[in-house]
Amino acid sequence: MSISLRNVRKDYDQQTKVLEKVSAEVQTGEFFVIVGPSGCGKSTLLRMIAGLTPITDGEVRINDRVVNELPPKARKLTMVFQNYALYPFLSVWDNVAFGLKARKLSQSDVQNRVNNALKMVNLTDFKNRKPRELSGGQRQRVALARAVASDADICLMDEPLSNLDAQLRIRMRQEIYNLQRKLGLTLIYVTHDQVEAMTMADHIMVLNDQHVQQIGTPAEIYQHPANEFVAQFFGTPQINILPAKRSAENSHLLTVGSNDMQVALNEEVPADQLRIGVRPDELTISRADSVDSNAVVKNTEFLGNETIVYATLNSGDNVRAVLPGQVNFRGYEPIKVQVGSHLLFFNNDGERIGLTKEEAVHA
Amino acid sequence: MEMVAKQKLPQKILNYVLLIILTAVVLGPFLIGLWTSLLPTMDIAKGNFLSLHISLTNYVDAFQKTPILQYLGNSLWISTLTTIAQLIFCSMSAYAFVFLRFRGRKVLFILFLATMMLPFEAEIIPNFMTVKAMGLLNTYSAMIVPFLTSAFGTFMLRQSFLQMPDELKEAADIEGLGHFQFYWKIVMPYNRISLITLGAYGFLGAWNQYLWPMLTTFSNAFRPVQNGLRQLQSEETFNDWGMIQATAAIVVIPTLIVLFVGQHYFKSGMNEGAVK
Ligand SMILES: Nc1ncnc2c1ncn2[C@@H]1O[C@H](COP(=O)(O)OP(=O)(O)OP(=O)(O)O)[C@@H](O)[C@H]1O
Ligand SMILES: [Mg+2]
Repeated sequence: MSISLRNVRKDYDQQTKVLEKVSAEVQTGEFFVIVGPSGCGKSTLLRMIAGLTPITDGEVRINDRVVNELPPKARKLTMVFQNYALYPFLSVWDNVAFGLKARKLSQSDVQNRVNNALKMVNLTDFKNRKPRELSGGQRQRVALARAVASDADICLMDEPLSNLDAQLRIRMRQEIYNLQRKLGLTLIYVTHDQVEAMTMADHIMVLNDQHVQQIGTPAEIYQHPANEFVAQFFGTPQINILPAKRSAENSHLLTVGSNDMQVALNEEVPADQLRIGVRPDELTISRADSVDSNAVVKNTEFLGNETIVYATLNSGDNVRAVLPGQVNFRGYEPIKVQVGSHLLFFNNDGERIGLTKEEAVHA
Repeated sequence: MEMVAKQKLPQKILNYVLLIILTAVVLGPFLIGLWTSLLPTMDIAKGNFLSLHISLTNYVDAFQKTPILQYLGNSLWISTLTTIAQLIFCSMSAYAFVFLRFRGRKVLFILFLATMMLPFEAEIIPNFMTVKAMGLLNTYSAMIVPFLTSAFGTFMLRQSFLQMPDELKEAADIEGLGHFQFYWKIVMPYNRISLITLGAYGFLGAWNQYLWPMLTTFSNAFRPVQNGLRQLQSEETFNDWGMIQATAAIVVIPTLIVLFVGQHYFKSGMNEGAVK
C-alpha cells in the first residue's frame, strides 16, 4: 500500500494556515517518519492521511487512488493515538478485538488475530485486565496490538512513545521497528524526537514553518541537510553554525568568525557572506598559548566516553565540541579550535550550498 | 483523614457531638416512623410510644387489608418505564448535541436548557389539558408520557459525553462504526456511571411523584404509592395509624435499595481510569 501526498495544504481558517505544499511518496512496506517541532502540523498531516481532518487543497493517494473524499474506514488503515484511545470498560483482549468485530471478521479469525497480536506484544498474561490495571508501557502495547491485529496494511502512529520513560522508550522503539519489519506494514510515524526518527526510519520527512524542509534517508538528512534548520534539528549536541566571510586576498579562502579560522575551498567562494556548519565531533581542540589561541574554554561536560567542550571564539561565537575520552580544561583556558574535513555551507537564507573544502588546511 | 487525626481533643468532641445531634435530627422522624409501624394502633392513639407490644401485625394487615400491593405494582411499573425511557431518550438527545453537527445546534440546546427553568408546577395545567384531550386520564400513560425525557437528564449526559476524549470517536471512525454502533457500544458503556446516576434520579423522581398522579388518577388500579398512602388515610373512617405507618415503611424500601445500589456503583466508578 503506497501513499502519496501531492501539494497538500491545510488551513484551519484564514488565520491558521498550518501546512502548505506538502508532497511525499511513501512506498509499500516503508517506515516513514514525520518529524518537526511542536505545533508544526505533524498530527494534522497524519489526520489528513487518516481522513479525520479534511484537506484544504491537494491530493492524498493510497495505492494510486485519490482518497480525499473517502471516509476513514474506507482507507483501510489503523491508527495508534498519542493517548492510546483504549476503551476503559473493555478488557485488554476485547480492546484488541473490538475493531475486528466491528469489521465483521469471522469469530475464529478474530480469536487468532487477537491472540497472535497479544503474543507479539507480550501481553497474553494480561488479556483479562482492564486498561486501568496496566502500566503506561503496557497500555501502549495494547494500542500497538490493536494495530498489529488489524488486517489493514497501513498503520499511522502519532507520537506513540512520548508518554513513556526513557528506558521503556528504547525498548518499545525496537519492538515497533521489529513489528513493522515482520508484518511488512507501511508505517507512518509522527514524532518530535530526532533519535526515534534517526533510528527507525527508512525515510524521514522534516516539517517546519508550514513546509516540508527535507525528505530523505536518515544518513542523507544527517550528512546532507537541506538547510540550517534540518542541520540543527538532528544531532546532539547541536551542530555549530558560524558566520564566515570571503577573504579579501584569496577568493578561495573563507575566514570564520573574526579571522579565527580559515577554510580553503576547491572553488571560488560564491558570496561575500556564508555560514558554515560543523558537527561538534568534527571540531578539533588543542591547547595553545594566548598568542596562538582563537578561543577560550567556557565549560566542559564529561559523559563517560566523551567530553563536551563549550568554548567561545574570539569573535564571540559559541561552539560545542565533542572530544573522545576525558579531557580536562581549566575555565578560560586559551585553546585553538580547528574544523575537520566535513563541513556544511549555508547561504544567507539558510539553504545549504554544495561546496567542497580543499584537503590541506591553511591555518 | 490526616486533618481529623491532627485535631485537638476538645474540638474533636465538639465535632462529634454536632454530628450526633444532626444525625438524630435527620434520622429521628424516620426511626420514630419505623418504631410506630411496629406498635398497635391502640397504643399509638393513647400516646404510649414506649409500649413493648411490638409485632409485625401492622405489616401483615397492610398487605391483607389494603391495596398496597396494587399501589406498589403501579409505582414499580411507572417508575421503571419512566427510567428506561429517560435513559434512552436523554442519552440519544445528548449524543446528538455532542456528536452530530447540525445547524442550530447551540440554539436548540439553549432552548432545551430554558425548559429547565420552568418548574413542573407551571406546566401542570397545559399538561393536564393535553393528557385529558388525549383521553389518557386515569391510565399508566398519563403518568409516564409526560416524563419520557427530561431536559436535566439531557444536560447531565451531555456534560458527561463531552468529557470523552475525541480519540475514541476518531478511533471508531477508523474502525468504521456508524453513529448507532458508536452510541451503543462505546458511548453508553463509557458513561455508565452517569447513566446509573441519572437512572437512580429518574426512578426516585417517578417513585415520589405526588401532585401529578393526584390530578390524573381516580382509581386504585392506576394509583401509585404516594397517592395510595394518602388514599388509605382519607378512606379509613377509623385511622389505623400503625398500619399506615407500616405501609409508609414498605413504600420507602425501594427508595433505599435504589440509593444503596446506586451509591455502590457510583463509588466504584469514581476512580475508573479513563484513557491514559
Ligand atoms: N482543530 C483545530 N483548529 C484550529 N487550529 C488547529 C486545530 N488543530 C490544530 N491546530 C493548529 O494547527 C497547528 C498544528 O497542530 P498539530 O496538532 O498538527 O501540531 P503537531 O505538529 O502535531 O504538534 P505536537 O508535536 O505538539 O503534537 C497548531 O498551531 C495548532 O494550534
Ligand atoms: Mg501532535
